Amino acid sequence: MLSKVAERLYWTARYLERVENTARLVSVYDSLLFDLPHDLDISWYNLVTLNSLESLFEERYRNRDERNVVKFLLADDTNPSSMLSALKMVRENVRTTRDMLPLECWEMVNEFYIFAANHINQGINRRERHEFLNQIVKCCQQVNGLIKGTMSRDAAWQFMRLGRNLERADMVTRLLDAGAAAQIQGEAETQMRISQVVWGNVLRSSSAELNYRRAMRSAVREIDVAFFLLKDPYFPRGLNFCLSQMLSAVAALPNSGNAKKSLDEALAFEFDLDDSKRLGGEFREYLNQQQLYLIELHQGFNETWFSAVQRGAE
Amino acid sequence: MSINWNHYDPNDFFDELMGPHGQARPPAKRLADHLTSLEENELEACRQMAEATIHEMGVSFTVYTEEGNIDRAWPFDIIPRTISASQWDIAAAGLKQRLKALNLFIGDLYDQQQIIKDGIIPEHIIKNSKNFRPECIGVKPAHGVWAHICGTDLVRDADGEFYVLEDNLRVPSGVAYMLENRAITKRVLPELFQKEDIKPVDDYPARLFDTLVSLSPRAIKRPEIVVLTPGIFNSAYFEHAYLAQQMGIELVEGSDLFVDDDDCVYMRTISGLERIDVIYRRIDDLFLDPEIFEKDSVLGVPGLMRAWQAGNVALANAPGAGVADDKVVYAYVPDIIRYYLDEEPLIKNVKTYLCDDPEQRKYVIDHISELVVKPANESGGYGMLIGPHSTKKEQAHFIKLINADPRNYIAQPTLALSTAPTLVGKGQIEPRHLDLRPFILQGKDSYVTTGGLTRVAMTKGSLVVNSSQGGGSKDTWIVNGEKKDVI
Repeated sequence: MLSKVAERLYWTARYLERVENTARLVSVYDSLLFDLPHDLDISWYNLVTLNSLESLFEERYRNRDERNVVKFLLADDTNPSSMLSALKMVRENVRTTRDMLPLECWEMVNEFYIFAANHINQGINRRERHEFLNQIVKCCQQVNGLIKGTMSRDAAWQFMRLGRNLERADMVTRLLDAGAAAQIQGEAETQMRISQVVWGNVLRSSSAELNYRRAMRSAVREIDVAFFLLKDPYFPRGLNFCLSQMLSAVAALPNSGNAKKSLDEALAFEFDLDDSKRLGGEFREYLNQQQLYLIELHQGFNETWFSAVQRGAE
Repeated sequence: MSINWNHYDPNDFFDELMGPHGQARPPAKRLADHLTSLEENELEACRQMAEATIHEMGVSFTVYTEEGNIDRAWPFDIIPRTISASQWDIAAAGLKQRLKALNLFIGDLYDQQQIIKDGIIPEHIIKNSKNFRPECIGVKPAHGVWAHICGTDLVRDADGEFYVLEDNLRVPSGVAYMLENRAITKRVLPELFQKEDIKPVDDYPARLFDTLVSLSPRAIKRPEIVVLTPGIFNSAYFEHAYLAQQMGIELVEGSDLFVDDDDCVYMRTISGLERIDVIYRRIDDLFLDPEIFEKDSVLGVPGLMRAWQAGNVALANAPGAGVADDKVVYAYVPDIIRYYLDEEPLIKNVKTYLCDDPEQRKYVIDHISELVVKPANESGGYGMLIGPHSTKKEQAHFIKLINADPRNYIAQPTLALSTAPTLVGKGQIEPRHLDLRPFILQGKDSYVTTGGLTRVAMTKGSLVVNSSQGGGSKDTWIVNGEKKDVI
């Protein structure tokens, strides 16, 4: 397969995942804010922090209010990570890899983009937001379903699998980090135990609520939530699960030695989830290290498979 | 209210669907009846459905403007254009004959130039052709074929006869739109496909693939074939991607390819370099290889000409094939057919005046207000003068151009292009002028599309059908005379 095509497929999957994640994040945030004490300064702006987009946001907006944050995250075309920007990138990548994807994929993605672009205001206005974002998530699932149901498990598939799982791993570490940060901040500012609310929200943002209940058979407890999202062997958005998926994907690709090594390292790097522990600064450092592994992984993919352009030009 | 054919008046033009006195021609009979049976709002619903389908399928083409490139939805008219199968068979035979002769001609020009020695074509016409490439002399492509994919524009005059308007032997486009037009029509008028024996068009990608395979320099079971595109900003990118997908081969850009010291072409893949056997290139000659042609071109592949000359890769179409679609050479095609094949041309040329010839030039200048004047090497309908629709000022400008560079201009009588009923407003049908671009393949075997891409001038009275200039298109039905029973 062409290096360029592999790269585009990888990004198609990453961006598609990003669209879905952003839609979920925004849609569960409403309910979280209702449940928190009013004196606590946890706001929509946390979503900007979570995605490390503070400086870009500051350039564009003065007020950190709901409308600006939601607009920035969903619709802003100067934010390359906004839902609509990511969807546009999905469309461009699919458009230039049509020949590798199922026949209906381009049509579906194109329709999806047209729908999202035409109705984006529904996402910004609170009244219709939930319904609109639900529709976005459904469309993502439709595209993923088409791909899963009809694509050969060849190299093209493996690159999409890498992109999807890397993006998911990235998201779950960010969500856990945001949870830990909110908890630290919350406990300093209010007398209330907000742990339950915060970690419940982390689960919901990862679409893990029911899976968690079934697997852990416990109420929402911070250590259990972290365990589930990091180590559960079956939950498809958990960190270890995503890393293992990538491991199996690279095994089916040529020249995969380096990628395999990085993945093994990331899997071996564990956090001791002792029941007596609180998820504080140490946990955040751990997550930060996992984020660095993910960045390294991505760079490794680039060097091994995508930048053959330079290799050939020598 | 439904369509009233009594109000439909193509004047003195040949209409593809309607004969004199509002009677539908035989291949269009069922179509006309069906359209008549539709209420105005049903017809409008069909049109909207087609529009939505095009939007969803993402059928688009790119228009270059000063403000940047715009991706426009493909302009499509839902009323198909019909041609009877018996009539089409003759045209198809004529198209194969023509391409066969043109390929012998191109091969001769890059070899012994016997046709010049025998005095059939004056030497200076070839020598001064912008598309004659001395780099091609002595190269022997597989099967002696240079132009493997040809798009020939046919028109019908008032007498209803087909004429060749021009041959496109470089990188003709439009075939994907032909295929998509059929896909759209099947969704919009499904009833008719059940009742009528309409010949399918969709084997084109498979036939193109076979043609390309037959060019492989390596005798291996699965030669590596790619489509080379200038990239997403090219007006025909949609088609490049569509064809690659339909053929199951890679769509590559110049930067994906690489010519090594062994003069072989490789593509950069996830497992390293992989050798390429056949390139269906959709890049003009001059951008193919910066080592030989445009030095600054980033679209091409350095060393590609070297690899092709060494016989290590096949290029379709071969470089230099464009020498035969020069509009001056066009005037000689009937003689070319007689010379190489010893046959009479099955499809006529449009009468053509060569400004290169002093007598003919005088005629052109004296009659400029009646003629269509075309530069010899432009495509896409650019740089033309349509005499009857031009101002005195434009005519004077063209006379100046002709006198400055007579070799580069030809003129043809303004054709009474045929018309077909076209939806122009809500439930409103009027005649519009059209042409037809069939695609002809030649490799080991040859093939002609069933019908082709019908292009239609959407503006009343206009003769300009090019999509880059506001033209639209229609599905083209080759209809078998004997009707199937309705099941």
